[in-house]
Amino acid sequence: MCGIVGLFLKNPKLNKSLGSMTASMLYEMRERGPDSAGFAVYQSSNVPEIKITLLDQSGGVDFSALVTAIEAAFSCAVEARIVHNHAFLRTNADGAEIRRWIIQKHPEITVLSVGHSLEMVKAIGDPKNVMADYDLSGYHGSHAIAHTRMATESAITTAGSHPFSTGSDTCLVHNGSLSNHNNVRTFLQAKGESFQTENDSEVAAGYLAWRMRSGDSLQQAIDCALQDLDGFYTFAIGTREGFAVVRDPIGCKPAIIAETEDWVAMSSEFRAIATLPNVAQAKIWEPEPATIYSWEH
Amino acid sequence: MEYDLATQDLSEVNQALQNAEGGKFSLLNPQGKHALACGLMHKNQVSIKGHAGYYVAGMNQNADIVVEGNAGSGCAENMMSGTVTVQGDASQYAGATAHGGLLVIKGSAAARCGISMKGVDIVVGGNVGHMSGFMAQAGRLVVLGDAGADLGDSIYEAKIYVRGTVTSLGADCIEKPMQDSHRAELQGLLDQAGLVAEVNDFKRYGSSRKLYNFNVNHLGEY
Repeated sequence: MCGIVGLFLKNPKLNKSLGSMTASMLYEMRERGPDSAGFAVYQSSNVPEIKITLLDQSGGVDFSALVTAIEAAFSCAVEARIVHNHAFLRTNADGAEIRRWIIQKHPEITVLSVGHSLEMVKAIGDPKNVMADYDLSGYHGSHAIAHTRMATESAITTAGSHPFSTGSDTCLVHNGSLSNHNNVRTFLQAKGESFQTENDSEVAAGYLAWRMRSGDSLQQAIDCALQDLDGFYTFAIGTREGFAVVRDPIGCKPAIIAETEDWVAMSSEFRAIATLPNVAQAKIWEPEPATIYSWEH
Repeated sequence: MEYDLATQDLSEVNQALQNAEGGKFSLLNPQGKHALACGLMHKNQVSIKGHAGYYVAGMNQNADIVVEGNAGSGCAENMMSGTVTVQGDASQYAGATAHGGLLVIKGSAAARCGISMKGVDIVVGGNVGHMSGFMAQAGRLVVLGDAGADLGDSIYEAKIYVRGTVTSLGADCIEKPMQDSHRAELQGLLDQAGLVAEVNDFKRYGSSRKLYNFNVNHLGEY
């Protein structure tokens, strides 16, 4: 069991409340996933720099030295903000190249996300503390997805927590389990994708990133995922401009969507959505299995 | 009597409802909480003023429970008697394994509605999702809208009436002729549910009894 939430703001006036709205939703999903939590926030996307979120699981990484090494290797300036064991970098260099370089040279570091607008946090522990430690409520932005985890398929580790991202500004949260992730991972590795965990959900993120890098729209990529990914899943997916929800054809894993003029919210359960402003005016429905629901700015 | 779930403990509210006999209750601010009004055994009337979470009205006996909103997964699961009315939609496996009583869903029900039903009557104003009536053993499932794929898969002796389209029938489920007795039974269920529809627009589905009956000609296969 896990809890997932997603919030897509249609009215930019609410952008300042994105973090607090997402936090109130995630708070309600603690029981579904008490062992770890994570969130991905899409902030203003008109900045030219690339943002890179890094995670130090060992506790021994010297982020300042790493920044100096990246600046030397890529002849660029890097700005870094360090919060607990996360580092949020900004640079004008090629994000995908830096990701590859870090994965190769520094296996002790997990590259959580790369993109123009995406920032990501994940940590072990009570989701309430994770939200407080990384000030989810303080985030502004246009859309967010988040996850509370009850580990069933792999160990309780920060790297195994969601969201997962392998492509620029693309990430997902997953409730369920994939049965063919080993085969799909091997297939994607042959196509040049790189993975940092043994987790099934990372494979789904990698699959979508690979399809979209090959020219698919988000819709087309998910269409293919419905054919190629086997197992139980409800995914909430974020891209730079968009947000999508899809359930597997069997539809075992729960999901509910609510939409008003100002926002679209999805969650594993209604009680997360019940916290949102004007929910009484929302159109509320359960997404059909094997049907893609998506919104774009 | 009113209970406000924004401030009152759900277990205590459920206990009070279970102990009451012949009362009328409103549950305010349900906010999608789980297991609301579960395990009631006496003739009480309970109105839930909003959306309910998982397993609302589970194991109900005798009580009349209304959800003035949507219901989460497993609503009226294993109900024995009484009535449960959902004014909005119900999530998956509504009325699962229920032995008796009447479950009315005014909106649509998601997948596996009436799975393994054992005598309950379920009337759905809208559509039902795939695998509804899966392994249904007894009781009646009425659908005023459409039914998803594999309706009545592996069905035993339950009856299914559908007004709209059926995406596909499951294993051993077949269409059967509507006779006067079926029309009368259906009309009775619609009346009880407070829903209006023309009984002649419905088709009846049930078991062809090939899957669960032992056939002596197949003895050699055992």
